[in-house]
Amino acid sequence: MAHQRSAILVEGLEKRFGTNEALRGLDLVVEEGTVLGLLGPNGAGKTTAVRILATLLKPDAGRAEVAGFDVVTQADALRSHIGLTGQYAAVDEYLTGRENLEMVGRLYHLPKRQARQRADELLARFDLADAANRIAKTYSGGMRRRLDLAASLILAPPVLFLDEPTTGLDPRSRMAMWDVIGELVAGGTTLLLTTQYMEEADQLAHRIAVIDHGRVIAEGTSDELKARIGGERLAITVARGSDLDTARRALAPYGDGEMYVDAARRTILVPVANGARLLADVVRDLDAADVHLDDFGLRRPTLDDVFLTLTGHMTTDDEIDRSSRKQEAA
Amino acid sequence: MMSVITEIPTSAPPIAALQPERRSRLYWILMDALVIAKRNLQHIPRIPAQLLDVTIQPIIFVLLFRFVFGGAISTGGTSYVNFLMPGIFVQTLVFGGINTGVGLAEDLQRGLIDRFRSLPMARSAVLAGRTIADLVQSVLGITVMLTVGLLVGFRPQGNVLGWCAALALVLLCGFTFSWVGAMMGLLAPNAESVQAIGFMAIFPLTFASSAFVPTTTMPGWLRAFTDHQPVTAIVNATRALLLGQPVGTSGWQALAWCVGILAVFAPLSVSLYRRRTTR
Repeated sequence: MAHQRSAILVEGLEKRFGTNEALRGLDLVVEEGTVLGLLGPNGAGKTTAVRILATLLKPDAGRAEVAGFDVVTQADALRSHIGLTGQYAAVDEYLTGRENLEMVGRLYHLPKRQARQRADELLARFDLADAANRIAKTYSGGMRRRLDLAASLILAPPVLFLDEPTTGLDPRSRMAMWDVIGELVAGGTTLLLTTQYMEEADQLAHRIAVIDHGRVIAEGTSDELKARIGGERLAITVARGSDLDTARRALAPYGDGEMYVDAARRTILVPVANGARLLADVVRDLDAADVHLDDFGLRRPTLDDVFLTLTGHMTTDDEIDRSSRKQEAA
Repeated sequence: MMSVITEIPTSAPPIAALQPERRSRLYWILMDALVIAKRNLQHIPRIPAQLLDVTIQPIIFVLLFRFVFGGAISTGGTSYVNFLMPGIFVQTLVFGGINTGVGLAEDLQRGLIDRFRSLPMARSAVLAGRTIADLVQSVLGITVMLTVGLLVGFRPQGNVLGWCAALALVLLCGFTFSWVGAMMGLLAPNAESVQAIGFMAIFPLTFASSAFVPTTTMPGWLRAFTDHQPVTAIVNATRALLLGQPVGTSGWQALAWCVGILAVFAPLSVSLYRRRTTR
């Protein structure tokens, strides 16, 4: 294995499915022992990137190295050094939790006894010991994800790919998953994590790469990105019958940056500093201007805000790479 | 939301890295296939439809043909139950091929194939393991049928050598059609379409054959098909071997069909599998 500090190195990766250009020159570097959050909307190319790095797909152009192995020419050797947890818990529903992990252990070529020991160890660690002898069909969504994650950790590989590990989970299961992932990172695993949630990237990643239409459009630490995107915003929905322009004029003095007005949704976003202290004043001023509100609140930056700031457009669900949706329907 | 407490300890020690065992390539081709075969066999008692496939369904089939249709079909000097049983064995195994495809399509849909392809296991194992498991499942079905058949009057008059040859041929036939099913499973968009396409392809192949009736009563244009297709050759050979009748050229024809189909579909399937992911 070539000795290198970068656990993941991606240069000019391109991949096309028919007419859909999923990746258009993707560049990434992930240092050993760190977490990179790949943040982007559905169809941005996150899953395609992960699949190429996990040797499931071949790129059309560009190159990538993971743990010092080329993902195309050294794919066979690489597979013993990576773990993959996809968007959909890839567990066998008709095997028990223990049988699932033992099977994957055997397929990672562990001797029988070792596979069994590792299965028990991971079941205990991921709070699945009580359910170890139940078939996975009976598991909750959170349990399946944990089992799936456990399966990718059989060898404790140096590099781990997590593709939207908490999509579709309830808040409680999401927190549990975050804890588990946090532990892995503390143990020194290099992690590439894709997510649609700013909050998740914020919580787990050392660095964040924002990806749109198959390219990285911004990269940096969470603080660096937030500095670019700005902090909190006031989100105001103006009731029908009240004038949008009047509302905008009343809000202008509070803005700490450019306002965003969505006339169709009758929504105004105002970047603010110290938003909580301003709330009472803002409500009073709007009331004085005779502006009635449907909704009023303080919002942290979301993926939508990141996109708005970086690309000038909202995340568009209809530009989704169809095939990745098909999978969801399945 | 941030205050949700979980039972997962936050200070657990890191998981120790493990090294995979080093063995020859051939060893893993075999072992990985057996691991997957075991997994698929574990499914049988847990999935009602699969359990029915090897229990109730074969019994119903034997009884249906033996007692409902059997009386109306003339098979010359051979009793209908003796004529029927070899046909039913072959028909079961040929239809078993669809199971292979459906199972593969389901694994693709659930993302399991992605997991398998990210593991350092032999590329052929998922397909080989499934075809082996489906073969075992078919044998279970045949055993049930044979038992019921013997109870309702099936008397194979051949010798042990012939029976063994028949068994070997029937298993080869099952293995062959399992690979045909595998390819359908890899090409089809989902499990339901494998079921539909498979049924449409396999149904004429088994019913427009010598499996249930002598082809001599069929019109000439149909016989042109029935007398020159793999299922008829396999059924004729199996029947002759089981009943101790002269095998003639049907044995070699059956063997040639199986080997030929296998030589096309097995490498094609493995190559498709290498490229196919969940998308």
